[in-house]
Amino acid sequence: MKKISWVLALGFFIGQNGVWGQQVTMVKWPDVQKILTQKSDTTYIVNFWATWCKPCIAELPSFEQIQQNYKGQNVRVLLISMDFAKELKTRVIPFINQRKIRSRVWLLNEPDANSWIDKVSSEWSGAIPATLIVNNYKNKKVFFEQKLEYSRLVKELTDFL
Amino acid sequence: MSNISTTMKNKFWLSLVAVLALGTATTLFFQQKKAQASPAGYPIGATVADFKLQNVNGTTVSLSNYKDKKGVIVVFTCNHCPFAKAYEERIMGLDKKYASQNFPVVAINSNDGADYEEDSFDNMKKRASEKGYSFPYLQDATQAVAKAFGATRTPHVFILRNDGGKFTVQYIGTIDDNYQDPGSVTKRYVEDAVNNILTGKPVVVTQTKAVGCAIGWKDA
Repeated sequence: MKKISWVLALGFFIGQNGVWGQQVTMVKWPDVQKILTQKSDTTYIVNFWATWCKPCIAELPSFEQIQQNYKGQNVRVLLISMDFAKELKTRVIPFINQRKIRSRVWLLNEPDANSWIDKVSSEWSGAIPATLIVNNYKNKKVFFEQKLEYSRLVKELTDFL
Repeated sequence: MSNISTTMKNKFWLSLVAVLALGTATTLFFQQKKAQASPAGYPIGATVADFKLQNVNGTTVSLSNYKDKKGVIVVFTCNHCPFAKAYEERIMGLDKKYASQNFPVVAINSNDGADYEEDSFDNMKKRASEKGYSFPYLQDATQAVAKAFGATRTPHVFILRNDGGKFTVQYIGTIDDNYQDPGSVTKRYVEDAVNNILTGKPVVVTQTKAVGCAIGWKDA
């Protein structure tokens, strides 16, 4: 009986937190700024998305594929969620676990978006999905306020590698 | 005398129609040219072309219906978007505060109901009546109005001042500086802008950005 209740408790724990164990870090703007200004020869694909945004969800597998296929080429995918901070545990973490997302996921809790949108790109109106590809070592940066396909990402990445 | 003034009046109307037609043709031309690119829209100071859209109460609403007002707070919004939902009460509050001062809210949904069922015209009607919107909630079925304005997301606010029958854009952007928590707002951009216009002062912060749900274009 005791064993069963332990198994149940463990099951409950896993159900709550997910076997996937992917972390979603709640961050502030300076954390993002650090990535956008870091100087090593690493190409960052920074995607702004949210769990309830259909076009964002539709393009997530493409970013996951990039993350997987470009691992050895200094390419990092960073998915920055614009979900509300209070929904981190109830919505974002379960979503990431359910979809077994491997890319790094942050939740940016910085509600005064007017103070940082232009720092991502002056081309960005603020609509999501939005994606920035940046490599400061190579002095290259390209921004998209639209949904991106895998083939498009591959094409854009050739400029960075 | 009366004959001359009639002719002059006719001439005036004729040229007005010609100008409007030319304007529409130009707008259509440019819209077609950059159907895929993000629309540039009206800059600050631009005169807004009249539009005519279906309201949730069965009437149609035009900007020209507001000729006796001091201005209009145009809000591109929708039902499904959490940012729009987070701002819904605040949008209702703006109309409560400013409609009586001749500066009402006009809400426009330009999303395609095919993308999000929640944004269909029927669901717009439901939402407006459930929440008791005191302002029109218009459907921009062809998305032409959103494209003309350059609205890209929800919510996206355009404050128009009535300059003797012409509506000019005085502010473009977000309602305030905290979408997550109305209690933590420190800058009320829309209220500041409307207050300034109402007291005959220029708007200080004319453009801001905010995160929002992309308006789903039909041709994208």
